[in-house]
Amino acid sequence: MEMIQPPGQPETHRRIGEVILDLKNISLSFGGVKALTDISFNVRQHEIRAIIGPNGAGKSSMLNVINGVYRPQQGEIVLRGQSRTNMDCYGAAKAGIARTFQNIALFKGMTVLDNIMTGRNLKMKTNFLQQAFYLGAARREEIAHRAKAEEIIDFLEIQAIRKTPVGRLPYGLQKRVELGRALAAEPEILLLDEPMAGMNVEEKQDMCRFILDVNDQFGTTIVLIEHDMGVVMDISDRVVVLDYGKKIGDGTPDEVRSNENVIKAYLGQAHGETAA
Amino acid sequence: MLYREAGQFKTSYVSDGQILPIRQDRIALLTLIAVALLAVPLLASPYLLSAILIPFLIFSLAALGLNILTGYAGQLSLGTAAFMAVGAYASFNFVARIPGIPLLLAFILGGLSAAIVGIAFGLPSLRIRGFYLAAATLATQFFVIWCLTKIPYLTNYSASGVVTVQTMQMFGYQFATPQAKYLLVLVIVSLMALLAKNMIRSNVGRSWMAIRDMDMAAEVIGFRPLRTKLLAFAVSSFYCGVAGALYAFAYLGTVEPEAYSLDLSFRILFMVIIGGVGSILGSFLGAAFIVLLPIFLNMLAHSLGLATNYASNLELMVFGGLIIFFLIVEPHGLARLWQIGKEKLRLWPFPH
Amino acid sequence: MSFFIEVLLGGLLSGVMYALVAIGFVLIYKASGVFNFAQGAMVFFAALTCVGIIDKFGVSLWIAIPLTILVMIALAFAIERVVLRPLVNQPEITLFMATIGLAFFIEGLAQLVWGSQVRKLDLPIEDVPNEYLMEHFNILVSQFDMTAAIVCALLVIALGLLFTRTRVGRALRAVADDHQAALAVGIPLQRIWVVVWSVAGLVALVAGMLWGARNGVQFALTFIALKALPVLILGGFTSIPGAIVGGLIIGASEKLAEVYIGPMVGGGIEGWFPYVLALLFLLVRPEGLFGEKIIRRI
Repeated sequence: MEMIQPPGQPETHRRIGEVILDLKNISLSFGGVKALTDISFNVRQHEIRAIIGPNGAGKSSMLNVINGVYRPQQGEIVLRGQSRTNMDCYGAAKAGIARTFQNIALFKGMTVLDNIMTGRNLKMKTNFLQQAFYLGAARREEIAHRAKAEEIIDFLEIQAIRKTPVGRLPYGLQKRVELGRALAAEPEILLLDEPMAGMNVEEKQDMCRFILDVNDQFGTTIVLIEHDMGVVMDISDRVVVLDYGKKIGDGTPDEVRSNENVIKAYLGQAHGETAA
Repeated sequence: MLYREAGQFKTSYVSDGQILPIRQDRIALLTLIAVALLAVPLLASPYLLSAILIPFLIFSLAALGLNILTGYAGQLSLGTAAFMAVGAYASFNFVARIPGIPLLLAFILGGLSAAIVGIAFGLPSLRIRGFYLAAATLATQFFVIWCLTKIPYLTNYSASGVVTVQTMQMFGYQFATPQAKYLLVLVIVSLMALLAKNMIRSNVGRSWMAIRDMDMAAEVIGFRPLRTKLLAFAVSSFYCGVAGALYAFAYLGTVEPEAYSLDLSFRILFMVIIGGVGSILGSFLGAAFIVLLPIFLNMLAHSLGLATNYASNLELMVFGGLIIFFLIVEPHGLARLWQIGKEKLRLWPFPH
Repeated sequence: MSFFIEVLLGGLLSGVMYALVAIGFVLIYKASGVFNFAQGAMVFFAALTCVGIIDKFGVSLWIAIPLTILVMIALAFAIERVVLRPLVNQPEITLFMATIGLAFFIEGLAQLVWGSQVRKLDLPIEDVPNEYLMEHFNILVSQFDMTAAIVCALLVIALGLLFTRTRVGRALRAVADDHQAALAVGIPLQRIWVVVWSVAGLVALVAGMLWGARNGVQFALTFIALKALPVLILGGFTSIPGAIVGGLIIGASEKLAEVYIGPMVGGGIEGWFPYVLALLFLLVRPEGLFGEKIIRRI
């Protein structure tokens, strides 16, 4: 395993590039509830972008918008220069966006290997009839993708559990498998929704290492939601702060850390102070 | 001791991906195939063939079809018998109206007809789920059977609404004896089971299971729910259609609507539940169970001197009781019990 | 025109009977989250037991009814102990399949104990046209049907009061919402289930007697339960008023379709029309008229 590069130090793979995803004035509401109000920020290629904020700030909704799960009522999504506001889940997946979920969304009835293989779905070209007869093309394809899945299994160090049904795995390993499934799609943009929630220190370190390695080795752009401030400040290049559906901070970790609004949002206002 | 896997290492993905990775399993299956193909036709009585083995194979195929839809794709269906009926009527019509049509082609076309109906009635599955979908499949069951009874063209304008099917023949050879019918059914069912197994372990099978387990996440990965569900309906109905055609041609000898009633749908559902939801082996085990149980109960009632209607009511009670029993004790059915047995066998004679 | 009204009324009244069966479903679903496929079998069993007691022991209807109620309560106990308790945390679909097994079991048991001949059930209401309506409006409506409607209305009012005004009712609603939470506040889950299934059994008895008096007590009674499914789809699975409205719609549309559309396509529409209607309805409103909208969080 390669050594982790401390953030901020230039490294050949992590040359942060042009803006790959641009979100302009996104507003999203459900019925009467406004989840997101006029949010704008961008994500550069190869960077690690964190979205932080108190509970209920709308972070997951933001990911859902990027992913095509929700269509924003207002605003524009520009992906690689093309306007993709009306993208649905399938379109997002085809466009190279993969994600993990806050509450693990693994396919509980399948093994680890099968779950990761599902991530290869969009790369499979044979149809069901070819697969039924399992000769020639279908066979070759299945084996080829199996090899790819095994690479990811090696990368995430989960070889021993590859044939275990995921329902039987402990929480931390399930999260890792979910990461593997997202990686199997070889995404350009990886959305991680609280990848370290519910983990102990060791598991968090492992997950950090994997996230950094993914960014290093594959050049994947990462947008992640995370509550652990230590992690966020350590591994992210830039941070967006949301509160009550509005953006209250945007910049490098240091900039955001000293932003008054951010401090107020997290720590609350002292009695007697007026809002800035 | 006999069932040790030690020493059987897999050095390539190809060998790891085999259907039967353990050598002992392969030997067992080959033996079973040899027995089924060679010994059984020679040694079994016509009664055993016609009344037990042939229906067992046909129901296994139907249970396989239902398992694809309900077990692997998670769409509960109570309309299995209707799809079987479509297959039967369609095959009959193809044979009757296109002289000289190859028998297998007629069966395939019957299956395809059932698949088309399956797709049509599967369309609601995008909006509806769970028991609502089950209720919708009841609509399929009643409506399709009604259609088949009301359209005289389909029964070749038969006065009674019941038609006797033609004798099956291929290349001039008539499949008239129980042995011949048995072998034909065996080959068809075995081949289709193999195809099903291949589908299940490939991407299409994973797509079904993904939609079943978490359709939201599946969509995010790039599976398309409507297409996946409709494909499940189509393949499942195809299997049930062929099973229905075989039911008419190789077992009943007639095509009649009463044979494809709601009762049959329930029976096949029971086969799937008892045999094991989401398991190919389970379809066979469940079918065997349901075919053998009434015979066993009849013998029991006979030996106890009870009247025959006792036996049929007892049958209902035992079926119902067993469903509940299996759901409580082993929701994954006989197939899981089989798996547990095999795992114990791997350790035998050691306890752990 | 009066023929239309007759058919309509006839349909509405048979709809009332469907509603009666559907109410049994709703009760159990509301209070235990179980879709009780065996409700139809329970209707059959209750009716058969009642008639069987009358025939075998020669007692009057008014003695047979309480005895049957006792039997239904015993059945509820048995079901809770043998089926519900072992399956307490299983997914809904498992419980649904268990009730399918239960249905078969009860059907077999009923016929094993009481035999399978069709029996006649005599209720002290006659199936004759109501004279008042006949004279004044020239409409042929059966006395029997009207009584059934009144019984149904009374039952609904009683059940409504039970659910909203009593402690037991509140406990039932709590259990329907969340088993674990109800247990946590000390609601005796198992006792509640026995209560619910007993009440459902009582409703099944009423439905069974009315249907049985009209059509004779026979195995076909269980198919009426299947008809309750479209009723529930229309009315939503958790609403008693919904079951009534659904029942009326299904009953009326079924009769009207049979009478007006039936002759054009060869008859026998009643067998599938309600289901197809429900199916089409589901496409527009997946949770029924009165059902609760299911919101899924990602």
